[in-house]
Amino acid sequence: MEIPSIVGAGLIVIGAGVGIGRIGGSAMEAIARQPEASGKIQTAMLIAAALIEGIGFAALFAG
Amino acid sequence: MEKLIEQFSFGLFFWQLLLFVGLVLLLKKFAWKPILDAVETRESDIKDAISAAEDAKKDMENLQADNQKLLKEARAEREAMLKEARELKNTMIESAKTEAKDEANKLVANAQAAIESEKKAAIADLKSVVAELSISIAETVVREELSDKSKQEKLVESMLKDATLN
Amino acid sequence: MRSKLTIRLITLLFFLMPFLSMAGGEKAAGTDLKSEIKAYIQHHLEDTYDFSLYSYTTDEGVHKYIGFPLPVILWDNGLRVFSSSKLHHGESVAQAGDAFYKLDHGKIYKTDADGTITYDESHHATNVKPLDFSITKNVFTIMMVAVLLFVVFSRMAKTYKSNSIPSGIGRILEPIVLYVRDDIAIPNIGKKHYKRYMSYLLTVFFFVWTINLLGLTPLGINVTNNIAVTFCLAILTYLITTFTAKKDYWMHIFWMPGVPKLMRLVLAPIELLGTFIKPFSLMIRLYANITAGHIVLMSLIGLMFIFKSWLGSSLSFMLAFALGILELLVAALQAYIFTMLSALYFGSAVEEHDHDHAH
Repeated sequence: MEIPSIVGAGLIVIGAGVGIGRIGGSAMEAIARQPEASGKIQTAMLIAAALIEGIGFAALFAG
Repeated sequence: MEKLIEQFSFGLFFWQLLLFVGLVLLLKKFAWKPILDAVETRESDIKDAISAAEDAKKDMENLQADNQKLLKEARAEREAMLKEARELKNTMIESAKTEAKDEANKLVANAQAAIESEKKAAIADLKSVVAELSISIAETVVREELSDKSKQEKLVESMLKDATLN
Repeated sequence: MRSKLTIRLITLLFFLMPFLSMAGGEKAAGTDLKSEIKAYIQHHLEDTYDFSLYSYTTDEGVHKYIGFPLPVILWDNGLRVFSSSKLHHGESVAQAGDAFYKLDHGKIYKTDADGTITYDESHHATNVKPLDFSITKNVFTIMMVAVLLFVVFSRMAKTYKSNSIPSGIGRILEPIVLYVRDDIAIPNIGKKHYKRYMSYLLTVFFFVWTINLLGLTPLGINVTNNIAVTFCLAILTYLITTFTAKKDYWMHIFWMPGVPKLMRLVLAPIELLGTFIKPFSLMIRLYANITAGHIVLMSLIGLMFIFKSWLGSSLSFMLAFALGILELLVAALQAYIFTMLSALYFGSAVEEHDHDHAH
């Protein structure tokens, strides 16, 4: 039985969402713990989120 | 993916590349370089001004410290001078005292010596006077007594008695 | 107070304009609304040969296009230039010299005088496609943005000549320029090398940002959701990274220090692949973010006309409004991410490692 590609796309979105969510959550915790480092944490968070997002999109388009 | 490749428009890519590279080069020459240079000079000016102010502050502090030091030194010098003067005074008084004492001692000694010598001279004079007196007495006595034997003896005796007084 | 209100009203009108134009299409079409909105979105995502603000169909069934034509430039055994108004949006054949061209599904094909287009079994046109250097809507927008950026920033640079403090628009732009320098370039590239890359980073940042913002206006512009545009930007980042890379960069790719010899052989192809994946992800990220944003935003706007009840329509209006504001953030964020990651890659290219430490 062939699995439609939309299912794969959904899986990708779930994976990317969980990943970005975890990054955001951890970043929030880190900022709460060290408010003075919020700038650096935000930058690192954005980069990490962007990388996951990139993989997610690449997979979406490959599928 | 296939859709993406199909969508790829070479004309758009060509124009984008041309326009974007042109934009980068033009902006580099006419915008980014002047702007960044101006900002950099401004920043370095501010930095210089701040460091100059800091230096001035430091200089001021140094100056103040120097003044303080000078004041301290002057005070110490005054103190030392006063002390020296006091010492000088003391030594001068001391030396004057000792000198005076010496002088006095000397005077006393001289006086004593003079007194002694005067005394000796007086004694010598006295002795010679006594001797002359005694000779003259003796003469008279001898002249008288030679006529009277008992009186002679008596005289000698009294004279001898007197002589022992000396 | 009054001017504030005016500005708000104008802003609201700006947000409403695309809906109004679509409302016009809805009344007259009479066909299936859903498929029409779908076609409209599809059309919006494609590049066009004329600058059309919007289109509608009259009661007589004639398509009316509001906008202005742009030059079509083809290379087909010699340069052929003609106005895109000749193409009539694919409804008639354009003649240029002795050759005939016809627009089919947004692409120009060479045809005979009758404009016959043959299709293969998968509905792809088999006609000859001439090399197309036309000034399309996107090319035109890129040109306008390039001119705008050049005028704004060269004028801003001039104000520095008389005064070290910027005046006018420079007051707003200078903090952004400094942000790119102090928070994107210097931390990622390092104080020693960052100056070489500043021109590219600043241009990319402002270019992408401006283009993304223009995509949110009702002009119907969407440049960054063309793969060719993001591909061009990504390939430039790749080329700059590759050609300015120092010895250390190549050593870390082909002969990773600090790992066992066998591992180095395994790592080399992975690292080499990584250098291609990096710009590829840059390309896809920008493209996909903007495309997805446009599709979702337009779908929500379309929903307003599918819902016949005021409740559903106002709800989707609110959603579209909120998403529009979110897209404003995304426009800046994607420009920031693109610049940031480019700076990161440049930084890895010029980084000098201290091999005394275990890597």
